[in-house]
Amino acid sequence: MTQTPIDRLARATPPTLSRKVRGLSDRAIAWIFVAPTIFLLLAINIFPLIWTVRLSFTNFAANKPNAEVKWVGLRNYERVLTDEGIWASMTTTAHFLIWTLFFQVVIGFTLAWLINRKFRGNDLLTTLIVLPMMLSPAVVGNFWTFLYQPQIGLVNYVVELFTGTPASSFSMLGPGGLAPWAIVIVDTWMWTPFVMLICLAGLRSIPDYIYEAAEIDRASKWRQFWTITVPMVLPFLMLAVLFRGIENFKMFDMVALLTGGGPGNETLLTSIDLKREAFEKWRTGYSSAYAIILFVTVFGLASIYVKALNKVKER
Amino acid sequence: MTGFLTGLLRLRRGPWEMLATILIALGVVMLMQPFFLWAYTWSFLVTLVGTVMFIVVSHFPE
Repeated sequence: MTQTPIDRLARATPPTLSRKVRGLSDRAIAWIFVAPTIFLLLAINIFPLIWTVRLSFTNFAANKPNAEVKWVGLRNYERVLTDEGIWASMTTTAHFLIWTLFFQVVIGFTLAWLINRKFRGNDLLTTLIVLPMMLSPAVVGNFWTFLYQPQIGLVNYVVELFTGTPASSFSMLGPGGLAPWAIVIVDTWMWTPFVMLICLAGLRSIPDYIYEAAEIDRASKWRQFWTITVPMVLPFLMLAVLFRGIENFKMFDMVALLTGGGPGNETLLTSIDLKREAFEKWRTGYSSAYAIILFVTVFGLASIYVKALNKVKER
Repeated sequence: MTGFLTGLLRLRRGPWEMLATILIALGVVMLMQPFFLWAYTWSFLVTLVGTVMFIVVSHFPE
């Protein structure tokens, strides 16, 4: 009989130790396996969170570790919540959030509805549509800066082709109010396939017999769409909206590479603003309060997201 | 509406979760709207109350 490494290890274990292990309950063994994960979770996630909450009540600055740290109570929160600059970055984030969600839902749902039909090359087309989602946001940010270049970029030439506006007369990422739309276009290009996939899952979960029953009742295609398709895909669509909403609320990498928050503060999203406050201005206590405000908002949205997810699971 | 209010009085999960969800959504809207600074100032409190309420009421019976 051949011996496996486990058999050899079992034989090599001293009898006193093996007796101890054999005496452990299932619950204890489960804890032994789970303990490293719980320890890492506490060390990497929970402890920094608690520490950030603590820092948000102080005037601590990370670049002055030896300076006296004073307890300032709720003053950091008061300052963040009355700061018009941060309010402006919140509205910039809202513009980004609303328009990306709008375009992604409209285009994503339309694509899913079209792809859901049976035709030749369906699988290949789905794979091609999904490709942008597979790319790294850093890569996407970098190559769209080239596409948006006024002199060599493809985007300006396409605009010139359709509108007649000279390619070098405007810059998508420069001053002129186009930059907030430039980041909306890139995010929509990248993440519409995700919304499409979720909508497709929703459309494919609708049983055919419901449509057959509607056909027997002589319901028109338009009525079938509004009374069967839309209500049954809605929970999935809501899930996609919440997920993309949370992700875009935290958006950093792609926009940081595309515009860095500029020109001026035109594309200064909250995450980029927070990074400036924390690691450029070194206002650690203040930026901790800022981070906690964003965290509570994302946590609240995530709670709704989990609730929506459970509703979809129940179907 | 009556069912919703009865559910609230009987501490049922559904209506309380709905109320917490409305508070969170209201807080997010207040945080990101560009019209009133006072709404932005109070948004965090509304979101925090909604979020804490959501955590508490998710332990209520169905």
